[in-house]
Amino acid sequence: MTVSLVARAPAHVDTKAPLRVALVGNPNSGKTAMFNALTGARQKVANYAGVTVERKEGRLIAPDGAPVVVVDLPGTYSLRARSPDEVVTRDAVLGRLEGEVPPDAVICVADATNLRLVLRLALELRSVGRPVVLALNMIDIAERQGLAIDQAALSAALGMPVVATVATRRRGMEALVAAARAAAASSGGAGDRWTEPSASDLRDLHHGAERILKATVRPPKRPDTWSGRLDGVLLHPVAGLVILLALLFVMFQAVFIGAKPIMDLISGGFAALSAGVAHVLPPGILRSLICDGIIAGVGSVLVFLPQIMILFLFIILLEDAGYMARAAFLMDKLMGGAGLHGRAFIPLLSSFACAIPAIMATRVIDQKRDRFTTIMVAPLMTCSARIPVYTLIISAFVPQRTLLGVISLQGLVFFGLYAAGIVSALLVAVVMRKVFWRGASEPFLMELPAYKMPDAVNVARGVIQRGQIFLRRAGTIILSMMVLVWFLSTVPGPPLGATRAAIDYSFAGMIGHAIEPVMAPVGFSWQMAVALIPGMAAREVAVGALATVYAVSGESAANLGANLAHHWSLASALAFLAWYVFAPQCASTLGVVKRETNSWRWPIILFAYMAALAYGSAFIVYQTAVALGAG
Amino acid sequence: MPLPDRPIVALGEQRRGFGGVVAGLRFESTPKAGGVSNAELERRLLEMGFVEGARVEILHEGLIGRDPIAVRLDDMRVAMRRREACCVLIRPGARP
Repeated sequence: MTVSLVARAPAHVDTKAPLRVALVGNPNSGKTAMFNALTGARQKVANYAGVTVERKEGRLIAPDGAPVVVVDLPGTYSLRARSPDEVVTRDAVLGRLEGEVPPDAVICVADATNLRLVLRLALELRSVGRPVVLALNMIDIAERQGLAIDQAALSAALGMPVVATVATRRRGMEALVAAARAAAASSGGAGDRWTEPSASDLRDLHHGAERILKATVRPPKRPDTWSGRLDGVLLHPVAGLVILLALLFVMFQAVFIGAKPIMDLISGGFAALSAGVAHVLPPGILRSLICDGIIAGVGSVLVFLPQIMILFLFIILLEDAGYMARAAFLMDKLMGGAGLHGRAFIPLLSSFACAIPAIMATRVIDQKRDRFTTIMVAPLMTCSARIPVYTLIISAFVPQRTLLGVISLQGLVFFGLYAAGIVSALLVAVVMRKVFWRGASEPFLMELPAYKMPDAVNVARGVIQRGQIFLRRAGTIILSMMVLVWFLSTVPGPPLGATRAAIDYSFAGMIGHAIEPVMAPVGFSWQMAVALIPGMAAREVAVGALATVYAVSGESAANLGANLAHHWSLASALAFLAWYVFAPQCASTLGVVKRETNSWRWPIILFAYMAALAYGSAFIVYQTAVALGAG
Repeated sequence: MPLPDRPIVALGEQRRGFGGVVAGLRFESTPKAGGVSNAELERRLLEMGFVEGARVEILHEGLIGRDPIAVRLDDMRVAMRRREACCVLIRPGARP
């Protein structure tokens, strides 16, 4: 039983505005699966004006050819909004959302096996005065458990039509759409009686819902015991943590190593494309713009895509299976010490691969404060792009010695750099909370949903949607930053008979020379300062930039490390490492923070605090090292 | 009916395996539970289902400081920190 996606005779097509239906429901009620089942591939994902809340809209054609627009609203327990997502749900239902057409009918999506809280929401929705239809979703699971629902009595008690559905199998979709249309058509206009419920209103509504539940639902004969048994292992204080770490290890490996061949393929493909174009075009500014600016820029955006898709595959699988809430439970105490939410753990861990998918993954955190704090500290985690820089400097300056016979000194420095990133992230989180949120921390109160087998189609759709969002939203801003960095590093070109590296004559070179006095106290030479500018495109580019600066300065480029060891003091090298732990050397990260926070304020704060930390730590490291005789 | 002679205790101070019925919500004069007011926290607890008469049982405890806790609340499961759980008063014993 499916909704016909083919319009019948055009004569039947309603020429009026299409019927608008909004989906409302508790988190974990299968609302997204319902939205997918109703609208199929005809979905548009965007943001609501002025907020970072995702706006999901889709269309379907009813059997008689009438178009219906379906809006998927963020999950909520009540219309009493507590987060930006829930504000959108409330205002959309009440018809107060600016620039949005109020819905003609509301479908309240209920998990048929977990009705208590959603019945209270349904009672609350009724007071809004819009036609409401209750969808008893996952009715197949309820039937399997032997849970009996008297649908006629439930409908009478709630005063709204009730339709049984199985969204993942598209069961009941036609009846649901028909019920919503009928309800919208017969709307008597009861008027909006909704006011924000007080504690005693909530108690009354809850007791009302309990009475209805008792009268119309017979408890399951074979209740779900799997969730309890799984929790016995997965929430076990020790075994649960071991399993979580193992899962994260697999996920991290997949993101870090599994994506590598595809990423190499993408960067190889773009390099080949660039070489091909270079072959055709004459040398000059146009060739440089197309090859080094645009093609390299597009390539540097696309190269993140495999990591983002793999990361979101894991995140959506864990979320849909019901495990994400358990992971948050297990990690809450550790994260809570720094004022972070348990759910911040997975984004922060992903940040070891790359801050960009990590910042996108913070969408699993409901509360804005918790989410923004996580976004602001995620770039401090040592991402994979720092590794080439660390490797270069460590192998050139740190002697290959072992401590106590087993510990490699180079490995120890490497570990120290990672640890510095983690510790500073936690400290910054504490400070952020004190400065921006005045020490406030949200209560941790979260439903642990029953475990479910994720639905392949819904997971695939979610992963593809994340990829599209990344390409469309982040892609545009990252690309423009890349072209800007290219421009600074290329223009103006070197004069005829130039003796120094081309970059030295460019704006980047001028900036490098201009900031040299500022960088002197941290032990940076002008070559190092110049290399920082193209390093803004991506951290690892700094390695290539250093090679360029030194190679064309008349030195052998065969061994950059040896070159650096010759030119730099140990104090400068250590300061450079300290700089790279903190420096906001990644235009893409700033771009994605702008997109995810929907304001320039946060990327500017991020840039400022990371630059201050970088300068401060490099200064301390350099001056200390010089004082100890390493200058 | 819950045994009337048993003393009322705070959910946040109990151990794994403890069970009872919600007797009420209690809040300190100075909000202990983070950045939300008492009135707000009360409504959040009510919305999650911590309403007088609801059956509660502590199912799991976290590793560090036995915090947070996972509780069965009627027929659903909820994770919460002990700080918030201390606002939930419980009359120990099983509901018939």
